[in-house]
Amino acid sequence: MSSKQKHTWERFTFSERMARFTVFLGFAVALAVSLRTVEVIPEFLYDAPTQVADLLTRMWPMDLGYYREGIHEAMVETLHIASLGTLLAVVMAIPVGIMGANNIIQIPLLNWLAKLILVSSRSVNSLVWALLFVAIFGPGALAGTVCIGFRSVGFVGKLFAEALEEADPGPIEALTAAGAPWPSIFLKGYWPQVAPAFWGIFLFRWDINVRESAVIGLVGAGGIGMVLDTALNLFYWDRVSVILLSIFTVVILAELLVTNIRKRII
Amino acid sequence: MTSDQSASTRPSSLRSLRIENLVKEYVPGKPILRNISFKAEGKCSVAIIGPSGTGKSTLIRCVNKLIPPTSGTVFVSDENITRLHGSELRKARRKIGMVFQEFNLVERLSVMENVLCGRLGYIAPWRAWLRKYPGEEVDRAFELLDSIGLLDFARQRADSLSGGQRQRVGIARAIIQEPHVLLADEPTSSLDPKTSVEIMELLVALSEERSIPLIINIHDVELAKRFTTRVIGLSKGGIVYDGPPADLSNENLKEIYGGTDWLQ
Repeated sequence: MSSKQKHTWERFTFSERMARFTVFLGFAVALAVSLRTVEVIPEFLYDAPTQVADLLTRMWPMDLGYYREGIHEAMVETLHIASLGTLLAVVMAIPVGIMGANNIIQIPLLNWLAKLILVSSRSVNSLVWALLFVAIFGPGALAGTVCIGFRSVGFVGKLFAEALEEADPGPIEALTAAGAPWPSIFLKGYWPQVAPAFWGIFLFRWDINVRESAVIGLVGAGGIGMVLDTALNLFYWDRVSVILLSIFTVVILAELLVTNIRKRII
Repeated sequence: MTSDQSASTRPSSLRSLRIENLVKEYVPGKPILRNISFKAEGKCSVAIIGPSGTGKSTLIRCVNKLIPPTSGTVFVSDENITRLHGSELRKARRKIGMVFQEFNLVERLSVMENVLCGRLGYIAPWRAWLRKYPGEEVDRAFELLDSIGLLDFARQRADSLSGGQRQRVGIARAIIQEPHVLLADEPTSSLDPKTSVEIMELLVALSEERSIPLIINIHDVELAKRFTTRVIGLSKGGIVYDGPPADLSNENLKEIYGGTDWLQ
């Protein structure tokens, strides 16, 4: 059989094999180098299971009564921060998104400016935004709301701009040919095409923001994170466990809600 | 030719389209349209035939300046379109109805609202936003939908209609503009043969009923000969035939499309 074989076939050419080998080698070297930097201390590593067990016994039984005393209000505040922050983000993201869509605004400088705004919003972590606004507004929900807003503009604006760029140019051409003014073209040509995407982005971002606003309290930007921070600092582990459980529950509920609404609008 | 009303043509009350020495170059020195001139007035239907890539779509889009012509002039009912810009151009475009190959409806809006989109040039954006269209325009839209047999579909979304029905909505949207010229860019190319005939019948009937000159880009020569009163043959960006469909000979077609094998 093999002596009569006319064709040979291999998945990769020689140079492709060499390239793949080089990439694998690169990964291996990177792993080795980074392991040296991490400096794992063996004693602490072996000790870890004991520490986890100890932590769990401190967390149990949970101080469930603490929910009504200290958690509920903070949790509602967290939801408010997430919702208001998302609204703020959307208000800012619509003009920036339009400015960034290169089929609508055909001025490269403005497209570029919009991209710059969107990228700077996304490249700064929400904790960093929170620190910044806590410094400006002082600790509390206002700093958290503005932080969530600024952090989300990049995400909402980028996806909104992409949805606009993907809009079918046919109806736009038709409305232009009918002599419609620009606002009408946007409202009746672009908006109906991007509306499902827009509401989808809005809900998705709200879902993310519920999670983020639970964390930013750690640096003083209001909500459940501040309660968590206090409990951690005072070693009230039975409270910490209730707080974590509450956050987990709220996040799951938000996710379920968003998934359901998205199914209906798309 | 800078004057608005040139002395050679008397101002007439008929709706008309006049194109003079139109040239379009996408790349300088390589004209896709060379010196196109013709006039269509009142009740008439003009088919523009020619091979793909010969500039039929460009020609029709030069009329309403969706594509700006390189030189030459376009008059719609004696108004010079070519020199207009901004809001003046926008207002002039209201007088030019346009029907598209892919219908170009706003899929997620209702049939009714798609028809009313033809009036967007006349109403303020805030009224369009709040859907407060003037009563008489809504009445007219209903009458139009009734006359094209789509009254029952008024509240349905455009994406629920068939191709032929969508093109009817597209035609209604152009007609409700009360245009002075109706441009149709390959209106039957996305449709089956039977629906194509129905759409051609509808276009010609509406144009005659309202005395709107009709310009149709079409590659189906038989449909063109059957429904229109005049044929303009384009080849390599120039007019090589302009006359009644009956006089269109195989010689002419050979000149327009090149080759002979396809002529039976």
